[in-house]
Amino acid sequence: MIFAMPNLTPALPEIFVLIMASLILLVDLFLSGKNRFVSYALTQFTLLGAAWITVSTSGQDVVHTFNGMFVDDVMADVLKMMTYLAVAAMLVYSRSYIQLRNLFSGEFFVLVLFAMLGMMVMISASHFLTLYLGLELLSLCLYSLVALQRDSAQATEAAMKYFVLGALASGLLLYGMSMIYGATGSLELSKVAAAVQQSAGSRTMLVFGLVFIVAGLAFKLGAVPFHMWVPDVYQGAPTAVTLFIGSAPKIAAFAFVMRLLIEGLQGMASDWQGMLIIMAVLSMAIGNITAIAQTNIKRMLAYSTISHMGFLLLGILSGSLNGYSSSMFYVLSYVLMSLGTFGMILLLSRKGFEAENIDDFKGLNQRRPWYAFMMLLLMFSMAGVPPTVGFYAKLSVLQAALQAGFIWVVVFAVLMSVIGAFYYLRIVKLMYFDAPEDQSPITAQPDASLLMSMNGMAVLALGILPQPLMALCAYSIQHSLL
Amino acid sequence: MNFETLVFYFLASILLFAGLRVVTARHPVHAALFLVLSFFTGAGLWLLLEAEFLAITLVLVYIGAVMVLFLFVVMMLNLNIEKMRQGFWDNLPLAAFVGIMMAIEMTLVLTVVGRSVTTSPESHAAGYSNTKELGRLLYTDYVYPFELAAVILLVAIVAAIAITLRRRPGTKHQDPAWQVSVKREDRVRLISMPAEKKGE
Repeated sequence: MIFAMPNLTPALPEIFVLIMASLILLVDLFLSGKNRFVSYALTQFTLLGAAWITVSTSGQDVVHTFNGMFVDDVMADVLKMMTYLAVAAMLVYSRSYIQLRNLFSGEFFVLVLFAMLGMMVMISASHFLTLYLGLELLSLCLYSLVALQRDSAQATEAAMKYFVLGALASGLLLYGMSMIYGATGSLELSKVAAAVQQSAGSRTMLVFGLVFIVAGLAFKLGAVPFHMWVPDVYQGAPTAVTLFIGSAPKIAAFAFVMRLLIEGLQGMASDWQGMLIIMAVLSMAIGNITAIAQTNIKRMLAYSTISHMGFLLLGILSGSLNGYSSSMFYVLSYVLMSLGTFGMILLLSRKGFEAENIDDFKGLNQRRPWYAFMMLLLMFSMAGVPPTVGFYAKLSVLQAALQAGFIWVVVFAVLMSVIGAFYYLRIVKLMYFDAPEDQSPITAQPDASLLMSMNGMAVLALGILPQPLMALCAYSIQHSLL
Repeated sequence: MNFETLVFYFLASILLFAGLRVVTARHPVHAALFLVLSFFTGAGLWLLLEAEFLAITLVLVYIGAVMVLFLFVVMMLNLNIEKMRQGFWDNLPLAAFVGIMMAIEMTLVLTVVGRSVTTSPESHAAGYSNTKELGRLLYTDYVYPFELAAVILLVAIVAAIAITLRRRPGTKHQDPAWQVSVKREDRVRLISMPAEKKGE
């Protein structure tokens, strides 16, 4: 029995995160309530350490290990770095929020770290099994994070819905994967891709599996017609968890789509393109139009997420390297905006009060002009107003789709983003032209405040100078896809 | 028709019968028992495919653990059988439609396009150990997904405890450490009272 030890170097960040998460789980047992910040500090240290390891083991080459189940390429490194950043920002924003709501416990940090581990596994997966296991690891952590505030009936209901629909989606995905496995005889993405190229004749079974895979992906992305869970979960979950669900997992979902559809099933592009067009068009329409009617800002942002996912799909379905890199740019800038917007809700919330209604933003300019300005930048970016990063993200995605010849889809997307601008600008109007209803002082921590300033400025700076990030995305896509 | 085919049809017919009875049995306990029977015959089918390990695992895990738990829950809950049965005939047309559609689709996929894939596997030599081969694969080639599955189980434990364990104020519970360190003074209170005088 000969067994070659797998090369562990590419997977060092994952191993480090796993060890640290287990360590925090143990250390937290011996901490009393007032020393709980040690867990918080250790979690931040883990993110920092993982980032350092990722940078120091990165290279231009595509490295496979664990028998072709794990891949380390430039795209994986860049996406992982952004994931660490998003998780670290989420922890800073939500620190005081979770402290005031008795969620500041070791389990919260451990579950967040394990969820991040799931995302890293998804980002670096090159095998159906690891893709699926990474997704399950992430999803299970998210379900339980939503349910962590168990005295809240709303959170429990949201967790229940999320769990049932998520389990259904996993089932669909797994069924599709098993069909593809039956047709190609392999679970490894590169071998699946090769088998798909060869099977020119009998594609019925492949298409049969593909339908289930795309449906499962749409569930996880929250694209119409599989979007019903998104608004309920976003609204019901504690805002800190909503911030988490709305930010880093989107990066992982992007990687998931890239690995499955582009790396694995590129040969069936003509089949999935049509499905993605339907999903993208419906997501942009339903997301933007339904968001107008919302009075709860978390629910409104949930519908806005659905429409943003439509735009993300637009880049992927254009089927060119340019399209993939613009989709990557879109997802990274979306995460930046999403962090800031939900972070603002957290900053305005205080003990026993959730700033989750749109009216809570009334007259923010009189209460805190700087916050109002940051929120203005974020809303402009979400709507796609130049010179913010959201404008370039939308522009590059639309350009890629136009090059691929989807003129009507692009026209429709522009129309929908004009409709979408209404509800983003309504927030701006409420902040600047309405009188505040609530005069109580805003008690935000200085670290979260500072991060908010950096976040808002980043949205503006990347809007004025999008070239470096754009180049990074193009570079990583070029070096990762053959 | 050789002996193996005969056994296959024998087991398969029992499996189908048991599966049907799970849905149609009047009593939930009977339904659960028929489910046990269908699992057991399923395990027999796996044995025919030379998958001994999976067959034994099915018996041990599903029948030994899951179904016992299931029966336990069914017996503990005071189910209103009549009420449960009311929906049966209402839902039957739709359920039958879904079932027939799925059967047609699966048949189409398997017969029209999947004929090349449905060849029977080669049988192994007599000394071939299924369990050993599975173990070798799990701990060498598939060590990464195996570890990931372990992490998922750890998360399940952490999440289950985090969600269900909480200390309610005012619950009565015993602390053994506190109990054994009890002293005489905690239990017995000596009160000095003046003795009563006689004849007053």
